[in-house]
Amino acid sequence: MTALLRTEGIKKSYGGVHALNGATIEVQEGTVAGLIGPNGSGKTTLFNVITGYARPDEGQVYFGDQVLTNAAPDKVFAAGIGRTFQLTRIFARLTVLENMLVAAQTQDRPRNLLAWFGKDGWAHQRRHAMELLDFVGIDRYANTLAGSLSYGQRKLLELAYVLVADPQVILLDEPAGGVNPTLINLIADRIRDLNSRGKTFLIVEHNMEFVMGLCGTITVLESGAAVASGPPDIIRTDKRVLDAYLGADLEEDPR
Amino acid sequence: MSEHRRAGSTVNLGLALKLGGLVLLAAIALAFPQVYTNPAITNYGVFAMIFVTVVCAWHIFSGNSGYISVGQAVFYGSGAYAMGTAAEHWHVTGTTTFALLPFVGAVGALIAVPFGLIALRVRRHTFIVITIAFFFIFQLMAYNLPFTHGTSGMNAPFLTWSPTAFNTNFYYIALACAAATIAIAWLIRRMRFGLQLRAIRDDEDRARGLGVKAMRVKLTAFVISGAITAVIGSVWFLYTTQVQPNTGFDPLFDLTIVLMAFLGGYGLISGAVLGALIIEPGTLWLNTQPQFSGGYLSEILLGAIFLVVVLFMPRGIIPTAGEYLTRLRTRGRPAVIPATATGTPAAAGSAPAAPVRSGSSGSSGGTR
Repeated sequence: MTALLRTEGIKKSYGGVHALNGATIEVQEGTVAGLIGPNGSGKTTLFNVITGYARPDEGQVYFGDQVLTNAAPDKVFAAGIGRTFQLTRIFARLTVLENMLVAAQTQDRPRNLLAWFGKDGWAHQRRHAMELLDFVGIDRYANTLAGSLSYGQRKLLELAYVLVADPQVILLDEPAGGVNPTLINLIADRIRDLNSRGKTFLIVEHNMEFVMGLCGTITVLESGAAVASGPPDIIRTDKRVLDAYLGADLEEDPR
Repeated sequence: MSEHRRAGSTVNLGLALKLGGLVLLAAIALAFPQVYTNPAITNYGVFAMIFVTVVCAWHIFSGNSGYISVGQAVFYGSGAYAMGTAAEHWHVTGTTTFALLPFVGAVGALIAVPFGLIALRVRRHTFIVITIAFFFIFQLMAYNLPFTHGTSGMNAPFLTWSPTAFNTNFYYIALACAAATIAIAWLIRRMRFGLQLRAIRDDEDRARGLGVKAMRVKLTAFVISGAITAVIGSVWFLYTTQVQPNTGFDPLFDLTIVLMAFLGGYGLISGAVLGALIIEPGTLWLNTQPQFSGGYLSEILLGAIFLVVVLFMPRGIIPTAGEYLTRLRTRGRPAVIPATATGTPAAAGSAPAAPVRSGSSGSSGGTR
């Protein structure tokens, strides 16, 4: 089986700091893959390189049989990779529904003149958007300004509008960060649901319980390179991983 | 259910009020020069309509995208000079001159392309600085190019209209420009193009990550805005019958636009219109008062108004007034469900929260 999403020897430095130092990771189609590592290990930078927000100094990004290295964010999105951000980025002065439509409307071309100009020309997209808002449980806020949503709700909105365009792979940057436990469960449920319907995930997360419970394979990044990769049980006990990142924390489980 | 129907009828009532108001405004605008035939008065009307057009054109790009352009005078002056040069070169006089308006629009669009391709690569302060730089480049060119006649400027082709008809005719021409620009701005707001512009305003990088071709969207808006500004610049030129480098490319021009937009309500078409309608006649009137001779006092006053707006009403008249009205209307009643107050919708467990779907089929929110 070849990987759906693959990076090969990505190097990226900011000034003298090597954020990524030959990062090679693979995400198999239809899996939920985890990406963990200590702060500053290059997880978000790798996301940025994959999604076109940063240019790698070296290395390649492959998506299926396409090369996505240095592709602009809108190209990456069009190719079928959606992402969320660690600190949620929503359009604060648009309504929740309008947030959804921004993504929806880049997908199809309007079919007739009415669709170009009339709000109702987007009836199909609006219906789809409402279904997704319903799916993540924030549909009742459709007409409120996104800026007035709580942090957790913003996370859900971000997930929903990434889904609008029906991407093949979804990259989530700390979906559980700063979110209350109930909401974390909802997010995990939704990820499992989507995964069972064929969506592939790559998730950066510090919440070990969340990652271990959700991910089929986990890759550990340290100092900008992958040091280990495998199923949660193996990663949990891997000597190098314990040294590099988890330390004694996991065995003691501070929770 | 009754709740729903009531909401529906309020929407219709609101729509009826809006339409009624619009018809009334249009009637007033059309009747104005018929009621006030004095050229000194209609002059106010002509300039007000010119500036409604200018600020709405600015709104199409800057109001939607959040990129504050202070280089609109580039288009305004270029429109005037394009009209003057074309009329001189092709020996066009009389009312045929107006046939050159599409040509002037094309010149504005053509200038907007390289201008935009350079300036739109950067954001915020840097963008503002680059638009200022372009402004000075164009002003210098107007002083120095061989066909612009240096400081003496250009004279407009002669129009054989009587003094009264002259102002009235120009009033209707400028009114048509203003109405067309408002209509274009309104259509853009409804289009996905408008939504993409506003998404860029809120978070350009995020918008790109959702498939918005940011450069193309921004440039299109900039070109539309530039073309309209050039056309209205040439109308202004024909009306005032002359243009010099310091009047066509006036540094105060863009400050005035920004002030008008912010006074009325930045990001709103209605705000742009209201701001222009208040400030332009106001400054014209001040300039006619002998005690304010030289006009410098009106400029000081403009600056003072700007300070007051920024300090005390940063969102402008229309949003502030709207807020005030809503507060009056909903006094004593609980506010509309605040999104943040009711906790997370996930509290209902893994099952999605009961679908309220307010307005999923009705008019979309955010229509301002």
